[in-house]
Amino acid sequence: MKVLIPSPLQSYTGAARVVAHGATLAALLEDLERRFPGIRFRMVDEQDRIRRHIRVFVGGEQVLELASPLGAGDEVVIVQALSGG
Amino acid sequence: MPSRILLSVATRKGAWLFRTEGARRTWRVDGPHFLGHIISHVVLDPRDRRTLLAAAKTGHLGPTIYRSTDRGRTWKEAARPPAFAKAAAGEPGRAVDHTFWLTPGHASQPGVWFAGTSPQGLFRSEDGGATWESWSRINEDPQYRKWMGTVQDGTPDGPKLHSIIVDPRDPARMLIGMSGGGVHESRDGGRTFAPLIDGLEVVEGFDRADATFHDPHCVRLCPSDPDRLYQQNHCGIYRLDRPASKWVRIGKSMPKRVGDIGFPMVVHPRDARTAWVFPMDGGTVWPRTSPEGKPAVYVTRNGGSTWQRQGAGLPQKHAWWTVKRQAMCADARDPVGLYFGTTSGELWMSGDEGRKWRCLARHLPEIYALEAGELA
Repeated sequence: MKVLIPSPLQSYTGAARVVAHGATLAALLEDLERRFPGIRFRMVDEQDRIRRHIRVFVGGEQVLELASPLGAGDEVVIVQALSGG
Repeated sequence: MPSRILLSVATRKGAWLFRTEGARRTWRVDGPHFLGHIISHVVLDPRDRRTLLAAAKTGHLGPTIYRSTDRGRTWKEAARPPAFAKAAAGEPGRAVDHTFWLTPGHASQPGVWFAGTSPQGLFRSEDGGATWESWSRINEDPQYRKWMGTVQDGTPDGPKLHSIIVDPRDPARMLIGMSGGGVHESRDGGRTFAPLIDGLEVVEGFDRADATFHDPHCVRLCPSDPDRLYQQNHCGIYRLDRPASKWVRIGKSMPKRVGDIGFPMVVHPRDARTAWVFPMDGGTVWPRTSPEGKPAVYVTRNGGSTWQRQGAGLPQKHAWWTVKRQAMCADARDPVGLYFGTTSGELWMSGDEGRKWRCLARHLPEIYALEAGELA
């Protein structure tokens, strides 16, 4: 499926759009990690919580759980919620 | 004498590397590195004098460590940055918000590094900073967890494990400071620790026997006498000469109108009687500015019996910045060079042990940490 990568994470992917696979959000992030080492920990902490300023949308709907199922045709948008000065 | 000093400057918006040849008169600036990243500490490895580690995060991404093996020319991210153990199901578990402090291991242990984090944890790398383990037992020890408190306690952007010190005589002896939790000493290389808080004061109304209420700001060991420790604490300036276990408040001999509150503590590389502090206004609501807007370094040459003001070259008034706990350091030259970076982004140095000061750079972002090292 298509995954839109926010600018702070494009140093890992080298592109704003990548194709990745996974039946759940967790599996998708593992796939991204395999291909772009280090990217997952910037988005998900060691307790498997999505970090405070990261948002994930699937088909326009926000996804809050790593266990959320994904479909092969879904488009995943990862967004950074910018904050601070 | 090695030919080049590297002064690494960690700021709220990136890192800068200043290099000088010989006499420390002219400096070449290299940066920004990691523009926009919050850099808490950049440290040159004194064992190979070419490897640098940088502790980084951004406002919206998780924390990481970058490593350079070519004096800062190129950087590579750690494969496994410091992270707490995964909690059992149903337990809250802690997550590293940022690595705050980096310390190279003992000279006999190349590749070993230590990292202190917020929330407070002590981590260790054995491969030069590429992978990190939650190695110290204090990270999970119930008593230490109680002393560490929660992220809501104390320091505005989270309590920090700092001042990681390895005794140059013995890698088994280590010290740490916890901004919420006190000073602790290890005899087994950092696996376990014991409190070292006797004689330290705490905020009025709290129990000084309980490590929870202790707030060391910066602890330094004297390289020329590793039994001697100096400490800038939330409640004054102290000295401890091991094996004694009771800290002595040497800040009581500071001028009353200046007081003995501040963050950094710097020791002389060859003279254990000499140390420097940078006092700040710790009155009323804790403005954390220079006292009366008149910044100055204070030096003791006799282990804290007396202090002298060193303000020549610094603004004489209307300067409301101050210096954070990691943002003041010394080089190893003779005479010693002193450096500090301000919350307003100015970089100052003295080439004569604090007698005269000059500004090396202005208009940097808020400076979090400085380290001076000798390049290979």
